[in-house]
Amino acid sequence: MSRSMTRLRLPPAIAAACLLPLLGGCNMVVLDPAGDVAQQQGDLVVISTLLMLIIIVPVMALTGYFAWKYRAANETATYKPDWDHSTQLELAIWAIPLLIIICLGAVTWVGTHLLDPYRPLARTAPGQAVTEKDKPLEVQAVALNWKWLFIYPEQGIATVNELAVPEGRPLKFRISSSSVMNSFYVPAMAGQIYAMPGMETKLHAVFNETGRFTGFSANYSGAGFSNMRFGVRSLSPQDFAQWTARARSQGQTLNRATYLKLERPSEKEPVRHYARVEPDLFDRIVNLCAEPGKMCMHDMMAIDARGGMGLAGLHNVRQLSYDKHAARGTGDTASDRYIAENCTNPELLGESLKRIEDRVIDLSSLTGAGLPRPGGPRFVARKTSPQPSRKPSELSQAGTTDPVS
Amino acid sequence: MSSTTLPAGNDKPVYYEIDEHPHPEGHSTLLGFWIYLMSDCLIFAILFACYAVLGGNFAAGPGPKDLFDLNLIALNTAMLLFSSLTYGLAMIAMQNRNLRHVQMWLAVTGLFGAAFLAIELYEFSHLIHIGATPQRSAFLSAFFTLVGTHGLHVTFGLVWLVTLIVQLGRHGLNPANQRRVACLSLFWHFLDVIWIGVFTFVYLMGML
Amino acid sequence: MSTDAVPSTSAAEPTFLFGKLGWNSLPHDPIVLSTMVVVIIGGIGLLALVTRYKLWGYLWKEWFTTVDHKKIGIMYMILGLVMFLRGFADAIMMRLQQVMAFGGSEGYLNSHHYDQIFTAHGVIMIFFVAMPFITGLMNYVVPLQIGARDVSFPFLNNFSFWMTTSGAVLTMASLFVGEFAATGWLAYPPLSGIAYSPSVGVDYYIWALQIAGVGTTLSGINLIVTILKMRAPGMGLMKMPVFTWTSLCANILIVASFPVLTAVLALLTLDRYVGTNFFTNDFGGSSMMYVNLIWIWGHPEVYILILPLFGVFSEVTSTFSGKKLFGYTSMVYATVVITILSYVVWLHHFFTMGSGASVNSFFGITTMVISIPTGAKLFNWLFTMYRGRIRYELPMMWTVAFMLTFTIGGMTGVLLAVPPADFVLHNSLFLIAHFHNVIIGGVLFGIFAAINYWWPKAFGFKLDPFWGKVSFWCWVPGFWVAFMPLYVLGLMGVTRRMRVFDDPSLQIWFAIAAVGALMIAAGIAAMLIQFAVSIWKREALAETTGDPWNGRTLEWATSSPPPDYNFAFTPRIHALDAWYDMKAAGVEHPAEGYKDIHMPSNTGAGVILAGISTVAGFALVWHIWWLAGLSMVGLIGAAIAHTFNYKRDFHIPASQVAATEAARLRQLQAAGA
Repeated sequence: MSRSMTRLRLPPAIAAACLLPLLGGCNMVVLDPAGDVAQQQGDLVVISTLLMLIIIVPVMALTGYFAWKYRAANETATYKPDWDHSTQLELAIWAIPLLIIICLGAVTWVGTHLLDPYRPLARTAPGQAVTEKDKPLEVQAVALNWKWLFIYPEQGIATVNELAVPEGRPLKFRISSSSVMNSFYVPAMAGQIYAMPGMETKLHAVFNETGRFTGFSANYSGAGFSNMRFGVRSLSPQDFAQWTARARSQGQTLNRATYLKLERPSEKEPVRHYARVEPDLFDRIVNLCAEPGKMCMHDMMAIDARGGMGLAGLHNVRQLSYDKHAARGTGDTASDRYIAENCTNPELLGESLKRIEDRVIDLSSLTGAGLPRPGGPRFVARKTSPQPSRKPSELSQAGTTDPVS
Repeated sequence: MSSTTLPAGNDKPVYYEIDEHPHPEGHSTLLGFWIYLMSDCLIFAILFACYAVLGGNFAAGPGPKDLFDLNLIALNTAMLLFSSLTYGLAMIAMQNRNLRHVQMWLAVTGLFGAAFLAIELYEFSHLIHIGATPQRSAFLSAFFTLVGTHGLHVTFGLVWLVTLIVQLGRHGLNPANQRRVACLSLFWHFLDVIWIGVFTFVYLMGML
Repeated sequence: MSTDAVPSTSAAEPTFLFGKLGWNSLPHDPIVLSTMVVVIIGGIGLLALVTRYKLWGYLWKEWFTTVDHKKIGIMYMILGLVMFLRGFADAIMMRLQQVMAFGGSEGYLNSHHYDQIFTAHGVIMIFFVAMPFITGLMNYVVPLQIGARDVSFPFLNNFSFWMTTSGAVLTMASLFVGEFAATGWLAYPPLSGIAYSPSVGVDYYIWALQIAGVGTTLSGINLIVTILKMRAPGMGLMKMPVFTWTSLCANILIVASFPVLTAVLALLTLDRYVGTNFFTNDFGGSSMMYVNLIWIWGHPEVYILILPLFGVFSEVTSTFSGKKLFGYTSMVYATVVITILSYVVWLHHFFTMGSGASVNSFFGITTMVISIPTGAKLFNWLFTMYRGRIRYELPMMWTVAFMLTFTIGGMTGVLLAVPPADFVLHNSLFLIAHFHNVIIGGVLFGIFAAINYWWPKAFGFKLDPFWGKVSFWCWVPGFWVAFMPLYVLGLMGVTRRMRVFDDPSLQIWFAIAAVGALMIAAGIAAMLIQFAVSIWKREALAETTGDPWNGRTLEWATSSPPPDYNFAFTPRIHALDAWYDMKAAGVEHPAEGYKDIHMPSNTGAGVILAGISTVAGFALVWHIWWLAGLSMVGLIGAAIAHTFNYKRDFHIPASQVAATEAARLRQLQAAGA
C-alpha cells in the first residue's frame, strides 16, 4: 500500500475530496487499485455514491433549510399547524427514491453478474478482451493459522506469506482454509472472498501494474489475525519467470508431512518458498485429508449420496475426525472422548463397501430394515467373518478412504 | 362531574370513560400464549431447516433407513394423537363444568403423553446403544435435536399437566384454572402438529 | 516464531465441586485486575450506602418486585446506561490500542485481551445497551400512549427485566471470573467451536444471550398483546401514535426473530457441550448454516433497534414543530414494509461467502428497496418541519442531528448493499463506520432525544438544558470526528478487528478517531452531569402541568410523574393526536366519580427466577454440573410454586384515587394561576 497515486481515473467528486489537505496524503487503494477487477468495483462504489447523492444532497440541504427557516423565532415564516397531507408530495417522496433504486438495482444486477468472482475474466483491462491464449494462472490459496500458503500447480512451487503473480495475465484463485473462516483480500487486485475450511471458493482477478502490494485476511480468525498479512508482488512476465526459477532453486519440498508442520498455529511467519509441491495437496487440504489416515470429504460425500455406510459405518469415526475437539494442528486431533474403535479395520470397511455396492431399492426398509430383528446379529459387519478382505489401497480405488494410513 | 365528559345528548363527544367496566383479568392471556406458541414454532422451524440442510450428511455412517423403525414410530404417533383427542375430551368436560371428568381426561392425556415419551426414550436409548449417537454425524445431530426438542416440550407439558391437575383439585374450575387448561390445550395440540411434521418429514420421507 | 496460541485459563482438571473454576480463573492481567479492584471497592461502597440509608426494603418493595411498567421502564433505562458506560470503556480501550500499535509497537493490549474487548463491546452495546434502552422506552411510554393502566402481563414484564439483567450480570462476571468470548460479537464457528475456543469465553457469551433472550422474547410478546388488546376505547389501529406503531412492529420483529437466535445459539451450545456436528468442519457439519441463521436473526435485530426510535423522532418532530405529523398513513405503511422486508435481506451480511451472482444481487436489491420506505420516513419528518414553528429544545436538536447523520449512514448502507462494492468494503473499517453511523446516529441519538423528551414525564422535572447542550455539542461533532476517519481508512483497505498495523500512514487517521472518541467521552460525561445537575436543581426545573412540551399524545394527559394507575378515567379517543384533540376541545378532567382501580400486585418471583437463572448460567459456563442441575430443578420448582399464587391483584380504593387526583388538580390550578 505504499504506492503513490499514479492514475487519476477518479470522478471529480472523489478527486476533489482527495485534494483536501489531509486526504491528499492518503492512498485510497479501494478507489484507485492496480487491478482491473478492483478498479471496476471501486468505480461501482463511486457510481453508486453519486447516484445516491442525487437524493441525499437535496435531503440534507432541505433539512438544514427547513430547520433554519421554520425555527420558532422566525415569526415571518408560514405556520400551518394542521397541514399534514399532500398527495403530490407523497407520490414524489415515494417515487423519487424508487426511481433511484431502480437505477441502482439495474447497476447492481449487471455489476454483480459481471464482477462475480467465480466468473472467469472477460477482459484483463478496459478494451482488452481475454483470448484463448490467455490461459489463467491458477494459484491455490490456503488460509492457515495465521499465515497464507500459496500453491502454484502450473509451476509446481509454493510460497508462504508471499504472493507473486505476472502482471496482465488472468489469475484464478482457488481458496480454502485449514481451520476457521478467513477472507482472502488483496485490495489492490480484487474484492475479497471468504476462505472456509472444507470448502473451496474461487476468485478471478488480474493485475494491471507491477509493484508491491499487501494482502491479508479480512475476516477475524483468532489470536494471530492481525499479523495474517502477506506481501503481493505483481511482476512482469520475465521477472515472474525469474522469481519462479529462484523459488525452484530453494530446494525445500512441500509434501503432506511438511504441510502438517506448517499448519501448526504460528504468527509472523517469514516468507518461505518451496521448490516442489505434492501434486494433489490442495485437494487434500480442501477435503480435510492432508493428514494420513483421514477419509477425504468428497469420498465421504459420495458415500452419503448413496445413503451412507449403514450401521457398519457407525464406528468409522477416527478417519473422519478432523478438528472437532481440538484445534487443528496443535496436537493429536483424535480425542480420547471418542469412540475410535475399528476405524481402520479394513475388513469392516470392506463389508460396508460391499453393502453400498449391493444396495438396491428394497421395500423392506419401510419396516425399518436397519433395526436389528429379534435373533438377528446386532452388528452385522462386525460379527460376520471377513469375506472380501480388501487391502486399504484397494479401498481407496473404490473411492472411500485414504491410501496412506 | 365535568359537563364535557357526560354523554349529554349525541353531539358532545365523550373524552373519559366514567362508567368503565374493568377488563376481566387475563382477558388477553390466550392471545399472548398464542403468540408465544408462534415464537416456539419458529424454533422448530429452525430445527426443521437444520434437518433439511444436514439430514443427508451421514458422514459415512448410517442413514434413516438403517436406523428408524416405522412401526414403532407409528405407535408413538398414535399415542400422541390419542393424547390430543383425550385433551379435547377434557376441554368438553370443562365446558360442561365437570371437574372430575376434566381431571380424569387430563390424567389420561398425561398417560398417553408419558407413553409417547417412553417410546421415544426407548428409541433414543436404542440408537445410542448401537452407537448412532448425536455425535456421529450431522444428520444424527439434527435428528436428535429436532426430535429431542419436541420430546423436551412434551416433558414440560407433562409437568404442567400434573401441576394443573393438582391446582384443579385445589381451586376447581375457577377462571384462572380454566384459562390455564385452555392454554395447555393450545400447547398440547401445538406439539401434536409439530409431531405430525416430524413424523412426515423425518420418518416417513426418510424411510421412503 | 511460534506463539503460545491461546492463553488457557482453564488448564486445571475440572473438579466436581467447582467444575473448571479455579484460582487461575481470576484475572492476572494488571489492567483487568485493577479494574476488578475498583469495581469491588465501588460495589462495596454502593452496598454500604444502600445499607447505611436503609434503602434495601424500599428498593425491594418499590422497585425490584414492582410490576408497574413505568418503574420497570426506568430500571431498563438504568441498566442500559450502566452497561453503556462499560461498553464505551471498551470502545476507548480499542481506540487507544489502535492508535498506539504502529511501527512494531504491540500497543498495550495483547490479542487475548483485545479480542475479548471488541467482542464484548459489540455484544454489550447491542444486547445490554440498545435493547434495554428501547425496551425501557417502549415499556414506559407505550401503555401511557394507548391510555392503559399497565401492560397485559405485568409479572412477565418484571421477569423479563430481571432476565435481561441476569444476562448482563453474566457478561460482567466474565470480566473478572474467567474470560469473555474472543470471537467477534456474532461468534462465527468454527472459531467459536470447542476446538478453537476451548475456554469459557464463548460459554459466557452463549448463556448470557440465552438468558437475556428469554427476557427479550417475553417482553416482546407482552408488548404486542398490550398494544393489540389494551388500547383505550376509540383508538383504532390507524389512530395509534406513531411511536406505538413502530413499537408494535419492533416487537413483532422481536417475537419473530429472537427464537431464531435462541435456536442457533442452542445448536452452538450442543456443539460445544455435547459434541454434535451442526457447525463443525468434519462429520458433515456446516458453519455456513450458522452464519445464515444468525443473520436471519441479526438483520431484523437492526430494525428492532431502529424502528422504535423512528417513532420517537416522529413524536418529537411533530410536537416541537407544533404540527400534525406529515403523512401519518404513509409513515405507518413505511414501518410495516420495513418490518416485512427486514426478513429478506440477511444475506447481504455475507455476499463474500460465494453464493453466486443471482443470489447476491437478489439480496442486494431487496436491501436497497428498504431504503425507499426509510427515505419516505425521512421526507415525512422533513415535511412535518415544513411550515412549522420549530422549538429547539434538546429532543428536537437530537432529531435534526439524527436526520443529518442518519442520511449519510443510510447512504453508505445502500452502497454496501451493492455486492461488488461490498466485495471491496466488506469487513473493512468502512463497514464499521457505516453501522456506527446508523446505530449511533439513529439509535443512540434517538434514545437521547427520548430521554430528554420523556424525562419530565417520568420524574416531574425537566433535564437541565445547559448541560444537555454541552453534551449535544460534544456528541455530534465527536461522532463525526470519531467515525469519518474510519470511512477513509476503509477506503484505504483497512480491515476491522486489527490489533496492530504496519503502515505508518494510517496512524494519523486513528489519532483523529481517538480524538473523536474523547469528544464523545466528554459528551457522555456532560450527560451524566446533566442528570446530576437536574436532580440537584429539580425544584427549579419542576414540571407541574404534566404537559411540558405542549404534547399531542395521551401520555401528556396525565400528571408527571403519572400515578400508579396512569389514568383515573380511561380516556376515549376521537382523533390521532388524542391529547391535542382533547386540549383543542377544552376537555376538563372529571373531578369526581372515581372508582376503585384494579391493579396487579408486586411479586418477588421475577427476581428469584432470574437469580436462579444467573446461577444456572454460571454453573453451566464453568461445568459445575451439580449446581447446574440443582438450579434447573430450583427454576422449575420456583416457577411451579409461583403458579400456585392465585392472588395477584388488588384494588386502589376510590378514596385514594380521589385524593391523588385532587392533589393533581390543585397543582394544575397553581401552575395555571
